[in-house]
Order: sequence, then structure tokens, then C-alpha cells
Amino acid sequence: MAQIETKDVNLYYGDFQALKNISMQMEKNTVTALIGPSGCGKSTYLRLFNRMNDLIDNVKIEGEVLVEGEDIYRKGMNVDELRIKVGMVFQKPNPFPKSVFENVAYGLRVNGINDKHIVEETVERSLKQAALWSEVEDKLHKSAFELSGGQQQRLCIARALAISPSIVLMDEPASALDPISTAKIEELIHELKKEYTIVIVTHNMQQAGRVSDFTGFFYIGELIEFGKTVDIFTNPQKQQTEHYITGRFG
Amino acid sequence: MTHLETELSNLRLELNEMWELVISQVKESREALLNFDKEAASEILFKEKLVDVFELKLYRDCENIIALYNPVASDLRLTLAIIKIVLNLERIADFAKGIAKFIAKSPRDVINPELLKISHSEELLTSALAMLTDAKTSLDNENSRMAISIFAKDSLIDEITKESNKVIGAYILQYPEEVDEALNMHNIIRKIERMGDHCNNIAEEIVFYIEAKVLKHNKAARK
Repeated sequence: MAQIETKDVNLYYGDFQALKNISMQMEKNTVTALIGPSGCGKSTYLRLFNRMNDLIDNVKIEGEVLVEGEDIYRKGMNVDELRIKVGMVFQKPNPFPKSVFENVAYGLRVNGINDKHIVEETVERSLKQAALWSEVEDKLHKSAFELSGGQQQRLCIARALAISPSIVLMDEPASALDPISTAKIEELIHELKKEYTIVIVTHNMQQAGRVSDFTGFFYIGELIEFGKTVDIFTNPQKQQTEHYITGRFG
Repeated sequence: MTHLETELSNLRLELNEMWELVISQVKESREALLNFDKEAASEILFKEKLVDVFELKLYRDCENIIALYNPVASDLRLTLAIIKIVLNLERIADFAKGIAKFIAKSPRDVINPELLKISHSEELLTSALAMLTDAKTSLDNENSRMAISIFAKDSLIDEITKESNKVIGAYILQYPEEVDEALNMHNIIRKIERMGDHCNNIAEEIVFYIEAKVLKHNKAARK
């Protein structure tokens, strides 16, 4: 069973159809990159999986979105529980105006976990998973804003991991970072995939090639091609994909 | 046209120049052999240095394109194919040089016309030349069928070459005083056969670029 699956998904913002008949499957412990020009629907598609699109007015969704076999748009679905299972990291690092420690502990606390020992252990484990622990272990109680941009983004990843999701969504997680911080995030994605299923939206073609196992190319709301990343970047089957990845349009 | 397209277009122009030079080297080596023309042979030896310059320049340009533009898909296949085509062109030019060396260094001023005839060296060189030219045309026109047709031409060269041991052996028995020339001619036939093999390699690279298929070690796919 695929860990994430969409079947004939259509999504409308009012009269505008942003996604057209998207069917895709993502297996456990894989990284899937979603690529395509701005406005192609890739971020909209990503936001399906933690129901972030619900926050936008006039959104209508058709088709099925299954996470671990469960239709997450069925009536009575507990969205809070879904968002524990599906974590998200955004383009710009967005730490809370709190200490490094409290940023990571936040998800635990809002879910009612306040046991000091459990919280400390989880914060340390999450910061280690996010490859940040060695850089912040002596400033856990300093403001998160004192960290560099790259460190802040890894802090946000640690925050997402602290609530033990099984899926991590990343929306251009390295686009605001310098090359060294970007490399760290990419290395981290490699490590994280051992325990999580990752879906990443990126405009950086080389990054998609470096970090993902599978790539989906979106264009004007359609999934043009989906396959193994190595095949997409060496021998794409659709001319539109070839033109996009070789920089001939978009 | 994107910057990468311009770079690849320039790379192809440069490759074409090298290819034309190698074609002319093979053509000249055929004429030099048939006429036993020592002056033409010296010219080939001189021009060989130009081939080496092209080789190094094209390698550097391919390396730069990969490093600076990160080509993917057909752009990457073209760049990789060009690296290997250049390698094979240089080897072909080396064999033309080998033929020219034999002529330039021979103590004789003429070659026995019978040796030329029984060795089929003219037909062999003409076939190798046709393979080399067809390969160039197939890349220019991005025609993989034409590239695949080159393999059949190589079979003809291989057949003639197979007979050469017997034929040259018989010649030596008939003209024992020309044993050196006969052995050199045998060597030339081997060089031409290798030219054909390198043209095959080039054809494989062209198919790889156009169709993303790897034909190396896959005889069934060559038909």
C-alpha cells in the first residue's frame, strides 16, 4: 500500500481549476520532488496532504486523497490528528518568538505532553535528527531568532519532527538559504528518509535530482510526468518535461 | 536560445570541424597509399597535431558545460556522447597517421600494385570513410536509423579483414623479397578494421544521444 495516494484529484479555487485529475502514489521512506513552473499547482498539491488548502476560501476538492490508506477528506476526519501525522516545513524559516528549546517543545505542549523528561528527550532527539544539536546544545534557552537562517530552517524541521510525524512536507525548504545551509538541508533529507516519507516542492532542478527518488512534473494544474528521478532527468518521456528541465520554457 | 543551447551549438560546430578534419585525414591516407605519395603522407603527419588540439579543446569545453550548466536529459546525453565521439575520432585519426607513417618511412618509392589489389585496401578505406561520413550525417540530421545502418557496413570490413591473413601469406610466398611491405600492408588492414570499430562506437553514441538507448554489448539492438 502506498503511504500517500491521490486518485483523480481536482481542486478549484472558486471557478479556477488549480489541479486537474491528479493521480499519484508515494511509497513509504521515499523522497518525492514536485517540480514545475510557478503557478503549476505543485504547492497546492503538496498542501492537500495536511489539508492546508482548507484554510483558503472557496476551495472545492474532488477525488480521493489517501494517507496511509485513510481518506483524509472524509466527513469526521480529525484534522489535528492528521497534522500530527503529516508535518510541514515552509519556504521561509518561521521559528516562533521563543527559545530554541521551546520552539521544538511547542508541538508536544499543545498536544498535552508536559512531562519534563519526555519533553527534554524529544527536543534533543529532534534537534539531533535535524542535524542541529551540536550547534545549539549550549544555547537551547536563547531566542530562536539568534540562529542563522539555515539553523532556523533546521530548527523548523526539528519542530516538525518532534511530534513524530510519518510524513514531512517541504515547500521549497532551501530556497532562502545560502549554498552551505542548502547542502545541510539536502543531507538532512537523505537521512530523514530512513524514517519518514518526504514530499518536497522545489524550483531548483539540481536539488530535485540530488535529493529525490521520484519526481513529478506539473504544468498548468496537470501532472505531466511522474517517475523515478533518474529517468526524469536522463530520459523524460514527455516533450514538455524535457523542455522544462532543460530550461527551454517555464 | 538559452545560454546552454548556445554552448551546445558551439560545441557541435567545433565537433564538426574536428570531424571534417578526421574525414580529410582518412581520405588523404587512402590517396597517399594508392599513389604511394610521400609528400601527402607528411602532410597527414603534420595535420595530426591539429586533431590532438581539437581533442583537448573539446574535452575542456564538455567539462565546462557539465560544471557550469549542469545539463540534463538530451543535453546531458549529447555532452556525454560528444566526449566519447571525440575519443573515437582521435583514434581514427591515429590510424590514418599510422598509414601515413608507413608510406613516409618506406625505403621504396612505389608499392607493388598487386599488393594493393589483393589487400583490398582501397575498398576497405572507402568503406571506413563512408562509415565515418554517414556517422557525421546521422548526428547532423539526428537520424538514429542511419546511425544503426553503419553497423552493417562494418561487417563487410570485418569479412575482408578475416581473409587478409591468407591473402597476405600467399603474397609473401609469391614475393619473398617483399616480406616487409606485405607485413606492413597486413598492419594497415588491421588499422582500417579498427577504424571501422571506432565508427561503430561513434554510431552507438549517436543512438544513445537520440534515443537514450545503450547499444554497447547488445548485438540484438543493433538491427
